[in-house]
Parts: sequence; C-alpha cells; structure tokens
Amino acid sequence: MKKSLKLLLAGVASIGLSLGAYAEDYITLASTTSTENSGLFASILPKFEDTTGIQVRVVAVGTGQAFEIARRGDADSLLVHDTAGEKRFVENGFATERADVMYNDFVLIGPADDPANISQAQTAKEAFAAIAAAEAPFASRGDDSGTNRAELRHWKSAGVDPDGDWYRELGSGMGPTLNTAAAMDAYVMSDRATWVAFGNRQNLKLLFEGDKVLFNQYGSLLLSQEKHPHLKGEMALKWHNWLLSEDGQQAITDFRVGGQQLFFPNAK
Amino acid sequence: MENNAFYVALTLLLNLDASLFQIVALSLQVSLLAVLIAALLGFPLGAAVAIWRFPGRGGMIVVLNALMGLPPVVAGLMVYLLLSRAGPLGEWGLLFTPGAMILAQVVLVLPILAALSRQKVEELLGEYREQFVSLGMSKSRMMPTLLWDARFALLTVLLAGFGRASAEVGAVMMVGGNIDGVTRVMTTSIVLETGKGNLPLALGLGMVLLTLVMVINAGAYMVSELSRRRVG
Amino acid sequence: MTSFHVPSLASFIISPPPELCFEDVIFKHEDKVLLGPCSFTLKGSGPTFVMGPNGAGKSLLLRLSHSLLQPTQGRITWSGGPGPRQAMVFQHPVLLRRSAVANLVHALAVNKVPRKNRVKLAHDALERFGLTACSSTPARVLSGGEQQRLALARAWVLSPQVLFLDEPTSALDPAAIKAVEAAVQEFHQRGTRVVMTTHDLHQAKRLAGDILFLSGGKVREHTPAEAFFDKPVSREAQAFIAGELVE
Repeated sequence: MKKSLKLLLAGVASIGLSLGAYAEDYITLASTTSTENSGLFASILPKFEDTTGIQVRVVAVGTGQAFEIARRGDADSLLVHDTAGEKRFVENGFATERADVMYNDFVLIGPADDPANISQAQTAKEAFAAIAAAEAPFASRGDDSGTNRAELRHWKSAGVDPDGDWYRELGSGMGPTLNTAAAMDAYVMSDRATWVAFGNRQNLKLLFEGDKVLFNQYGSLLLSQEKHPHLKGEMALKWHNWLLSEDGQQAITDFRVGGQQLFFPNAK
Repeated sequence: MENNAFYVALTLLLNLDASLFQIVALSLQVSLLAVLIAALLGFPLGAAVAIWRFPGRGGMIVVLNALMGLPPVVAGLMVYLLLSRAGPLGEWGLLFTPGAMILAQVVLVLPILAALSRQKVEELLGEYREQFVSLGMSKSRMMPTLLWDARFALLTVLLAGFGRASAEVGAVMMVGGNIDGVTRVMTTSIVLETGKGNLPLALGLGMVLLTLVMVINAGAYMVSELSRRRVG
Repeated sequence: MTSFHVPSLASFIISPPPELCFEDVIFKHEDKVLLGPCSFTLKGSGPTFVMGPNGAGKSLLLRLSHSLLQPTQGRITWSGGPGPRQAMVFQHPVLLRRSAVANLVHALAVNKVPRKNRVKLAHDALERFGLTACSSTPARVLSGGEQQRLALARAWVLSPQVLFLDEPTSALDPAAIKAVEAAVQEFHQRGTRVVMTTHDLHQAKRLAGDILFLSGGKVREHTPAEAFFDKPVSREAQAFIAGELVE
C-alpha cells in the first residue's frame, strides 16, 4: 500500500516535468536567503555543475530554519552565516567539519535624511548607540536568522537593550524587512549582497559601512552521515571541497552585481 | 515604463522565456494534479457523508467545513513533518520535490472539495430520494448517479479547489523549498521577487498567474454553461 | 425495496397481479395521526383509484404501499411473498440530468438488466410512449407532458407488477392527459396492478375499476367504480361527488 501510493505520487510528480528537474545526481543545499536572493548561486552553481555533473538544489531560508532542515536530515549540505551556531552544530555531532568559505559584510541602511546621524559614526558601536539614543525607528528581522543574531550582538556591544516603540521586530526575511523599512522610513541592518540587489529602495540609503565587526562570515558544513545515513555524502563532499578550492573561490570572486563584488572568498 | 506592473506582465507574457514557462508549467501541473487527486478522494467522501447517516456525521461535517479554512502554512507544516527524513514518511524522500507540493495542496483542497460536494450532493439527493427508493437503489448505487448528475455543480467546486491550490504559497514554499528550476512556482516566485524588492516584477508575475487562472475559469465556465443549457 | 429482475413478458401476463393488504395501518408524524387506522385489500383487476379531498391522506397511502414510508403501526403485506416488482410515477416526474434514453438505461442498469439489452429495451419503451424523436434530448428540457410520458416509459421498462401513480395528470394539458391515460390503460392491460390518485372525477369514471375513498385519513368506502359514482354509501363520498367541500 505504502509503496503503491509512493509510486503514484512519484508518477504524478514526474509527469511532464522537465528532464533537468529530475537529474539523478543532485544534492539539496540548505542556505540563506542572502546568498540566493543576491544571485550568487545562479552565478556559481552552473560552474560546479559543469565540472562535476552534480546539480545543487538550493532551499533558501533563514539560518535558524536551515539548521533545522539539516538537523532533520532534509538537506545534504549546509552553507550559512552564524559561526557560533555552526561550531555548536559540529560539537553536537550533526556535522563533521566546518570551513570558512567567504564573507560579505553587514551595512546599516536608513532614511536619506539620517535623523540619528549615523553616517558620522566612527564605529558600528557608535552607530547603533546613536539610533537607540534618537529612538529612531529600527526594523529588525526578528526571525532568529544569522543576520538577526548578528544584529542582536551589535546592540549588546553598544550597551543597548533594544526595546520600545522605535524597535520593530518584523519576523520576516531580509527582503521583506527592507520593503517594510522603506515603507516606514526606518533604519535597518542588511547584508550588503541583499542590499545591492534590492530593487525597492525608495528613500533608503546606505549610511554606515566598513567596520570590521560588521563582517559576515559564511561557513560550509559537511553533515554527519552517522546521524542520517541516507545523505548523499560523496556528492556533498565534492561540493564542500569545490567551494574551498581555487575554482570555487574564483567563482565567488567573479560574481558581481553592477560591477560590485559582493562576496569575498576567504577559505584557508 | 519598466516600473509599471502591467507593462512588466505584458512583457513577461509576450517574451515567454524558458524559465518563466517552466515556472508556469510547474504551477499548473502541481495544482491541477493536486485538485485531480483531491477530487478522486474528496467527491466520493462528500457524497458518502451526504448519503449515509452514521454516528458522528454532524461532527464530521463541522470538521470538513472548518478545514476549508485551514491555513496553508499549517498544512505545509504538517506535510513537512510527515515527509521530513525524521518524519514517518521520510524514507520516501519526497521533501523539496513537486510531489511534496502536490501532497500539501491535496491536504488543502480535499476539505473544500469534500465539504462543498457534500452540500451539492445532499441538495440533489433531496430532489431524487423518493425516485431512488422507488427504483430500489441501494445507497452505494446512489453515489455514482448523484455524482454524475451533480457534475455541473461539482465543476464549480473543482474550480474553487483549483483557485485555492494555485493561489496558496505558504504550503508549497515550506515543503517545496522554492528551488530554482525544481520546485519554484508562480506564487513562490512572487514571494521571492517581493523579497528582492522587485515589486513591479512580482506584481507582473501576479498578473500572469491571475490571467492563467482566469483563462482556466473562463474555459470551465463556458463548457459548463453550454452543457448546462443543453441538459437543463 | 426488493431488487427487480425483468422476466419475459409471458411469465407475468399469466400470473395474476399481486394483492395488497393493509391491516390496521396507522401512520403518525410527531404523534399526530395522519392516516388510519385503515384496513383493506386490493384485489380484483383494478385499476384502483384512490380518491378524496385534499389532505385526506391519498399520497401517504400510496407512499406507504410503495414502501417509501413505513407505517407507525399495523402491517402492509402482499400476496405471494414479500414486495412484488413495483414502480411509481410522481406528480412532478423526477428525471435525471441526462438524455431521455439515458434515464431509461439508468433505471435498467440499477435493476441489473444485462448491459447488452439495455439500449434496445429503452428504445422500445420510448417508441411505445411516442418519445423516439426526443430520445437524445436532455430529459429536463422536455415539455411537462413528455416528461410524464418518460416517467411512464421508465416504469414500463421495469415491467412492474404494481404501478403507483400520484396525481400524474394534475399539472398537464388535455392532450398530455390523454396520452397518460392511454399509458395507464396499457399498463392495466399488460396485467400490472395500477393504483392511482386523482382529483379528476371524470378521469376516475373513464379509467377506474374500483375506488378507495379516503377522508380525514380514514378509508370511508371501497367499492366498484360504478357503484361509487351511482350510489355512494358514506356521507363524505356523497358530498364529494356532489362537489361540496369535504374535510
């Protein structure tokens, strides 16, 4: 019964689907919206596929959800940006190896007239403190994503407990958060890639950037087949190694939007 | 001009490129198959509830009616937990495939088809009951006759189901993963483009979806009106 | 209801129509007695006309006889075993949303007539009732008279031993009434026991063999038709025939 139902579903699913979609050799990669939305994957995946014949299917979600997908064994590979979380993931035995792949950086965006005057700030700490002091509207992801976790660290180091009417937790992805910030003239912290590729800026402007603490490190994780023996470990290893290889790192460098490089490879 | 959604929608339709075509085709396949499967299960279920009297029937009708309002994300979450590797059907490996999206939409559409067909069949049975008893028909024999004679009403029900399936995004996003070229459909593309701040493109895609749904509805309406006029 | 199987025509012409027996039958709805107690036996050749003023319980009596309703008390039995093959034609024919011929084929299929015989039997019946020209017309766009003839044809293909008709002509024009009356006589001549209600005294005079007269939910009189019209016994029947208002 179970088998025939499965066959039916599989048959139904495959009717007329284009051949490419049903390639045998593929892995599922859980990653973040910033990498997907910026167009990075669209640029580098064909190069990997050409070399290895392995298709990479990207499920782009928040970092928190990406961890959860991997924990349940629903992805073969993981590329996220929460170094502390990634290390815990390895310690807990869900991944056997973690490696730095690349970084981009976070930037602070806000209304062009900059009521908190953060464009004059020298450090990220000062900028965050200025927003809190001015009680200027700030749109937070509020979704436990990598970006959200990083943002909370910056408030902490600025000595601010973000609370009050001006601090708005949206519980949505980077793009929707930018849309909302644009609509309510709020400050917002975004990864540079999403910001550069973002099309609905309205009155928003990049106001603060460049502080080293805003660097946003991406890591690739090799998931443990001990926890989930069905994972496509061999292909996932090829992907992991390719990302760290010269070819992979070069592909990341070559990805540009409007002539601007968005991700900076830093595999060791 | 490029910021006008109508213009974008028109351009999208006129230069139907391969990737848009794939997205549209997948949307239609997933939703039509989901509605088909849901109809094969839901119509007999609805008719059975209309025809038979059994303990808990009233409760079942209430549940079916309530499930018509099941939030898509909840349906998606249920199917996700079911199909996840850590879930009971994990070994099927269906998560993040079109099959999972079809299953999620079946869960969403089935209550609509069952609840509405129950209503339609019960109305018809009220009209036919004495004649059926007079003909000596068993209850199980009544079912196919009622389903066939309610065909025009059921076509409308089918369209309602298709409308819900093709319009929802929460469930397919969760169980399909919006994978480019594999599980990306119209609604998840719209969410993606909105996220990228490409609002005109998102709205343009929305219009393409609306056009499709309208074409399908218009076709079904014409077929049913023509034959309804014939059959009376 | 028992399921039908259609025997050859010969086998049931020789068998006499089954007799219907009501014994102390009472039908109540929400503690209100709507019919009964009544006891009578329908034998003889009929056709039996059930007559009486509105609300007398005529339709109820037909529905109880045809097992569409169950009596609250008492027994309804048939001579020669359980229920005979029977059919009923309603005041407003209930036709399926399909073609005329498909309506007959459906009735035959329901009664397990072999698939290969169905279409021929259906077309024969349509021809008999003058409906050949509309065989592929959707049943529900036929005229009122044609619909009632189709309902009669549907009864015909089932070769019933008993046919109930509930006010079959009350919504029809004179030409259509004539066709229905002719059909009723055909059933009667084929040996079918015909039990029919009508408001139309002249129709009863033309067709009835015996009259079952009801008023106030009780059988007041059961006599041969001529006797009923010549010399009604009960006060209610006298008043009814005289055209007075009877309760």
